[in-house]
Amino acid sequence: MIKSVQIPGKIKAFLIEIGELSYFAGRFFKEAFSRPFEFKELLRQCYNVGNRSLLLVGVTGFILGLVFTLQSRPTLMEFGAESWMPSMVSISIVREIGPMIIALICAGRISSGIGAELGSMRVTEQIDAMEVSGTNPFKYLIVTRIMATTLMVPLLIIFGDAIALYGSAIVENLKGDVSYQLYFNKAFNALKFSDVIPATIKSFFFGFAIGLVGAFKGYNCKKGTVGVGEASNSAVVYTSMLLFVIDFIAVFLADIFFEI
Amino acid sequence: MNNTTAIAPILKIKDLRKSFGDNHVLNGFTMNLHKGENLVIMGKSGSGKSVMIKCLVGLMEPDSGYIEIMGKDISKLKRNQLDKLRTEIGFLFQGSALYDSMTVRENLEFPQRKHQKKFGDKEKLVLKALDSVGLADAIDLMPEELSGGMKRRVALARAIILNPKIIIYDEPTTGLDPITAKEIIELMRKIQKDYGSSSLIITHDVDCSRVISNRMILLIDGINYAEGTFKELSSSKDKKIQAFFK
Repeated sequence: MIKSVQIPGKIKAFLIEIGELSYFAGRFFKEAFSRPFEFKELLRQCYNVGNRSLLLVGVTGFILGLVFTLQSRPTLMEFGAESWMPSMVSISIVREIGPMIIALICAGRISSGIGAELGSMRVTEQIDAMEVSGTNPFKYLIVTRIMATTLMVPLLIIFGDAIALYGSAIVENLKGDVSYQLYFNKAFNALKFSDVIPATIKSFFFGFAIGLVGAFKGYNCKKGTVGVGEASNSAVVYTSMLLFVIDFIAVFLADIFFEI
Repeated sequence: MNNTTAIAPILKIKDLRKSFGDNHVLNGFTMNLHKGENLVIMGKSGSGKSVMIKCLVGLMEPDSGYIEIMGKDISKLKRNQLDKLRTEIGFLFQGSALYDSMTVRENLEFPQRKHQKKFGDKEKLVLKALDSVGLADAIDLMPEELSGGMKRRVALARAIILNPKIIIYDEPTTGLDPITAKEIIELMRKIQKDYGSSSLIITHDVDCSRVISNRMILLIDGINYAEGTFKELSSSKDKKIQAFFK
C-alpha cells in the first residue's frame, strides 16, 4: 500500500513559489523573442537601472577597494609580500568580490525598486488598465525590466570593479609609494581570461536574477499597500539568496571548465 | 419596462459563475446590455460586481458561463483578437488607475500605441478627449499634480479616447465629494450623448443611479436578483430591494 507523504506547509509554499517563478521565467523568454518589441521602454529602463545606480555602485566600489587594500596590507607586509598587493586585489575583485558585492547592492537598489513599482502598479489597477487598453503589460513592464537589468548589471559590475581597483591604487600610492602606472601594470598582468570570462558571464545571470525576482514579486503583488512592502522586501531577500546560489554554480562550473 | 430590450444586445452574459475557494461570488449571473443604453448594476460591497466586470474584459477567467461582446464569444478569442475587441470597450477604474510615471498626454496616448493606423493623429485624439472632460490645460501635468476629481476626468478621457462602443464604469463616484461626484455624473451623461456609446455602470451611489440609468440590475447573492427602471425598483416592496434605496 502506498502511503501519502504530508509536505509541511512552508516547504509546500516554497516549492509552489519556485514553480511559479520558473513559469514566470519561461513566459519571459517566450515574450522576449516575439513581436512587437518595446525598444523605447527598454532604453528608458536601461537608463533607470544603469545611470541611476552609477553613483551608488561607484561609491561602493571605491570604498570596497580602499578598505580591502587597507585591511590586507598589514598581513602582506608581515610576510614581506606587499608587492603582491595589486595582483591579489585585482584577482579577488574581478573574480569574486566585485561581482558579488555590486550584485547585492543592485539587488537592494534595483530589485526592490522594481518590486515596489510594479507592486504599487498592481494594487492601483494600473496593470489591469494596461491590459484592458490592449497592451500586453507583461511585455511592456516585465520583459523590458528584466532585459534592462540583464544588460546593465554586468556594465555596472565592470564599472564598480574599475573604481575598486582605483581605490586600491590610491591606498598603495599613498601608503606604499607605488606609482599608479606600476600598480595597474601589476594588477592587469595578473589577470587571465579565466578570471575575466567566468566573472563576466555570471554577472549576466546576476542581472537576470535581479530583474526576474523583482518583477515576479511586484507583478504578483497582493494585499494592497502591505503587499507592496512585502513585495519589495521579499524581492531583496529572494534575489540575494538566488545570487549566492548562482555564484556557487558559477564557481563550480568555472572550476571545471577553466581550472581556476 | 424599457423599450431597449427589443434591440439585439451589444453585450450578453449568461449563467456566469465564479468562486474563490468556498466563497461563491457569482452564482449564475445573467444580463444583457443594449446599444445606447445606460445600465446600472447595484450591489453591496463584496457582492461580485467588480469580479463580474473583470470577467467581462478578460482580466479574470470565470469558472463557467457565457460572455458575448458585440457578437463575439470572448472565451474563444485569441490574445490579439481580444486586444482588438478591447479597443471597443472603455474602462473607468474605481481609483482612476492613471499611470504614475507618465504625463496626462502620455496616459492618453498609451491606449493608441498599437492602434495608431486605425485611429489616426494621436495629438488630435488626445486634445479631443481632454476637451470632452474639460481638462485641455492639464495635458502636460503628472497624475500626482491632479486632484481626485481631475484624475477621474483624465481617466474618463482615457476610457473614451478610442471612441468605444461600450464604456464600463467601476464605481465612478466613489471617493469623490458630492459636488465633484455630480460633475462626473453630468460628464458621463454628456459623453454618452456625444459618443453614442452604451454604458455599464457599477455603483452603490443611489443618486448616480437615479440620474443616469435607463435600467438597473440588483446583484444580490451572486445573481440578477431584480431588474427594472429606477422608479420600478425604488418603489418595490421587497425588503432586500428596499435596503438599497433607504
